[in-house]
Amino acid sequence: MHDAGKELARPTALEMLDGPITDASLRRYLDGIPGVDAVGLEQRAADLGSRSIKTTSKAWALDTIIRLIDLTTLEGADTPGKVRSLSAKAVTPDASDRSTPQVAAVCVYGDMVPYAVEALGAHHSVGGEGGINVAAVATAFPSGRASLAVKLADTADAVDAGADEIDMVIDRGAFLSGRYGQVYDEIVAVKEACRRSDGSYAHLKVILETGELNTYDNVRRASWLSILAGGDFIKTSTGKVSPAATLPVTLLMLQVVRDWHLLTGEKVGVKPAGGIRSSKDAIKYLVTVAETVGEEWLQPHLFRFGASSLLNDVLLQRQKLTTGQYSGADYVTID
Amino acid sequence: MSRLTVPKTYKLYIGGKFPRSESGRTYEVRAADGGFLANAAKASRKDARDAVVAARAALSGWSGATAYNRGQVLYRIAELLEGRRAQFIDEIVHVEGVSPAEAAAQVDAAIDRWVWYAGWADKYQQVTGNANPVSGPYFNLSVAEPTGVVAVIAPQQNSLIGLVGVVAPALVAGNTVVVVASEAAPLSAISLAEVLATSDVPGGVVNILTGSPAEMAPWLAGHADVNAIDLTGATELDWVDLEIAAAETLKRVLRPAGGVDAAAPALERITWLTETKTVWHTKALI
Repeated sequence: MHDAGKELARPTALEMLDGPITDASLRRYLDGIPGVDAVGLEQRAADLGSRSIKTTSKAWALDTIIRLIDLTTLEGADTPGKVRSLSAKAVTPDASDRSTPQVAAVCVYGDMVPYAVEALGAHHSVGGEGGINVAAVATAFPSGRASLAVKLADTADAVDAGADEIDMVIDRGAFLSGRYGQVYDEIVAVKEACRRSDGSYAHLKVILETGELNTYDNVRRASWLSILAGGDFIKTSTGKVSPAATLPVTLLMLQVVRDWHLLTGEKVGVKPAGGIRSSKDAIKYLVTVAETVGEEWLQPHLFRFGASSLLNDVLLQRQKLTTGQYSGADYVTID
Repeated sequence: MSRLTVPKTYKLYIGGKFPRSESGRTYEVRAADGGFLANAAKASRKDARDAVVAARAALSGWSGATAYNRGQVLYRIAELLEGRRAQFIDEIVHVEGVSPAEAAAQVDAAIDRWVWYAGWADKYQQVTGNANPVSGPYFNLSVAEPTGVVAVIAPQQNSLIGLVGVVAPALVAGNTVVVVASEAAPLSAISLAEVLATSDVPGGVVNILTGSPAEMAPWLAGHADVNAIDLTGATELDWVDLEIAAAETLKRVLRPAGGVDAAAPALERITWLTETKTVWHTKALI
């Protein structure tokens, strides 16, 4: 079984599992990972969240947050017009202060990718460094309940339309039933569907939907599984399930990324998404990243915030630092 | 056997809750004769910021309520004030050092003032609004709308009636309020907060800060999310600078007023905190 998995698996995964990748070998490996000390994890996250970041450090943190944002709109009511205005905001977050950095990416549904690409125009990164990426959610987001063929078509469609990054969801049902091989194969197959005609790959973010995984142990296993299967990023949530991103879960995923880096030298990204609305919260995440995997992770290809309302709060805080007076919602755009 | 007194430490009133100051500071409230009365929270600029956030969040609900409903809610406050009349009199006697009769007169006047303003809620529109005559087949209507979030520096003397005189008129039109109470005599304001919390006023519609007006006023005057600032009680402050700061964001400003009753009841106190919207609408040509 899982022939596709065997062919496409990265050597690292094969080495790690010491043999062919099957349900049994994955289960043996993932279930052998030590359990999470939940109390210790939450205590550590609470400690990291208590740092006081002021003045110049705060100014740096706010600009860094903006550079790391995936500005997101994932509503059934999305229109090309909404995607255009979102793209305009990605390029110029604060029209009253042109020194404001641009965000990392705009994140939309697959059918909105052409509009985002068009609206970004010259600001679109087109796979290169600098500029703004277009990220698309795919694989029957947010539930992931569709056949593999549909998921792959969904992915390929978004990549063809010009998406630089694909946010896929794992099959939580399969994962929770212990069918790790199926989850693994799907990630590998979607990764392959991210290949462009020129042979390069769109970045693949794997959404674990931690709010449905129930335990920290599962989050740790799902993180390992996603990284073994070749995910470039592991992402907490779709934003459609509560709880979405939390600090302890993000810390746990960062620890997996750190361990993977120590083991293989590869750098995998982390994206907390959903529920991060205030600058204060976002700064806690920056501290957690810097303290867990190091400051080198605080760049767009290794860490992202999936957020929509966060940007406005960061802009208000930024205006407060610039003008010395508290700002108000009248001075940022309405999303 | 003598009983120990229970010295109180009062808190702020922000968003319908009673939080301590974010700064953790308190100050002593002294009786007119210098004796210790209670501790009050000494609000910081961040408490003022939080209060503005709460007031902004409450604005759409309060301004969207029907004028009749706002009148009922305001009237209910007067009823509750009446029920706690003795407590207010007691506090004013201690803090302001006046006779019980003078304190009772102040409390009664404050209650009457609430009732008076409550009555205006569904009537001021008839006085200030208008159907303007225009030379064309149009209705042309002018209506008063609430200005928005109003920051208030309450009068420093006559702590209850001064406070009522500035807060009640702002509420009539549907504004939400962040009020800095009298620094030396904050007990009436704190007790009013307890009245508001148990009345039908939605949380965040009135936010009461105790502490130094000199410390908080510049932040409120410069705050971009505050739409108007009522400086009635700012006679002792550098209010010209406050007015300049307020002009940066085109705030409506009410200048300080002195006298025994700095905020005497007047329809103007309601209309000062409204903006006139004029609407053109075609007439049916049938």
